[in-house]
Amino acid sequence: MMDQQNLKDSPHASPAAPPRKLKVATVSLAGCFGCHMSFLDIDERLLPLLELVEFDRSPLTDIKHCGPCDIGLIEGGVCNAENVHVLREFRANCKVLIALGACAVNGGLPAQRNHLELADILQQVYRTGHGLAEGSAIPDDPELPLPLNQVHPVHEVVKIDYFLPGCPPSGDAIWAFLTQLIEGKEPALGHGLLHYD
Amino acid sequence: MNDSFLLDGEDIPFTPGQTVMQAATAAGKYIPHLCWHPDFAAHGSCKLCTVKIGGRFATACTVRASAGQEVENRTEELDAKRRTLLQLLFVEGNHFCPSCEKSGDCALQATAYEMGMLTPHFDHFYPDRPVDASHPDVLLEFNRCIMCELCVRASRDVDGKNVFALAGRGTKSHLIVNSESGQLADTDFAATDRAAEVCPVGVILKKRVGFAVPIGRRTYDLKPISAAGTEGEREDAADKTALREKEAG
Repeated sequence: MMDQQNLKDSPHASPAAPPRKLKVATVSLAGCFGCHMSFLDIDERLLPLLELVEFDRSPLTDIKHCGPCDIGLIEGGVCNAENVHVLREFRANCKVLIALGACAVNGGLPAQRNHLELADILQQVYRTGHGLAEGSAIPDDPELPLPLNQVHPVHEVVKIDYFLPGCPPSGDAIWAFLTQLIEGKEPALGHGLLHYD
Repeated sequence: MNDSFLLDGEDIPFTPGQTVMQAATAAGKYIPHLCWHPDFAAHGSCKLCTVKIGGRFATACTVRASAGQEVENRTEELDAKRRTLLQLLFVEGNHFCPSCEKSGDCALQATAYEMGMLTPHFDHFYPDRPVDASHPDVLLEFNRCIMCELCVRASRDVDGKNVFALAGRGTKSHLIVNSESGQLADTDFAATDRAAEVCPVGVILKKRVGFAVPIGRRTYDLKPISAAGTEGEREDAADKTALREKEAG
């Protein structure tokens, strides 16, 4: 799966050919950025990770579009047209796509609106809700992506290779998962790292 | 012949009349289950406890143990089927663990951890199941119901109240409350009822006790369900076995 030779310095590796770093892209769709914050919670282990990977599109780099990548991490579910577009761009460019966190895995808390009518929600939030001034209107700017009727987990839109649940998954879980994957192993989370909450 | 059978190659003693589940639990062995509880008659509906006996599938909670049986339990084949059953349960309801007070104490969640379930896999139903907050002391959150009928059995067989029942068929099946209004407040249900304690998921929740134990220190945060979840049940089953033996003289 991953290029094993890139994982760590091999005693047989030629010093003239430094291993290619894996390219990693990350994005937050309908999520709260909690998974990205948890990603940063791997703390000082970010430094050895950066020996192995370089970041493409990510909130960490502010690159706007995803180029060819080895690993794509998707935080958040799919709640609007732009999310669909970005998710498809990731799928087209990433060899391995990972659903990161509860929203990407099962829609998460945003999906709690799924049994309600979208039109009623928009009315309530922008026009008739408590404390709104008279004349308040539903935003209608052509730059705003159109919301979908329901929030969907990412696997309902594109093929996903791996799932890492949690709200958010802990820094330790993200670290264990990524390092196992980069080492070419099938990631496995035991008791204490596998959480849905 | 001794009264024992093999469970994943280990000798498990049993007393005549015990099911495979009762004997395994009394011996401290974990067979995954959701609708079975030692205090109530076996229901055999969740199918999580499906094992292979002599190469054929059977539910461990309903099949009686017999001498010389060879029972397969924690094999990759059976755990994979259990994972699929759990995935179906997760997509049929609305299981949002991060917003559930039962998280960490939930048998559905903990069993899914035990089976290594990383994704619900199937498309979600996202059903519309309004909550019933009418009762002064208890909240009913139907979104999390897995229709194990433990509350039905507890209310009927222990409390003598018949507060709960299942209605509908197939994907329309759902838990109902036995009152003219359909509201829990219009029944004689009490927070001290056995039925208020028995829900394995977060449907029947006592009001005003939320987060008494913080997340991270709850039952299955500390131990996996295979080690912790059936502890009380094991003691209970052992007590009952002793009682049965005493009564039998």
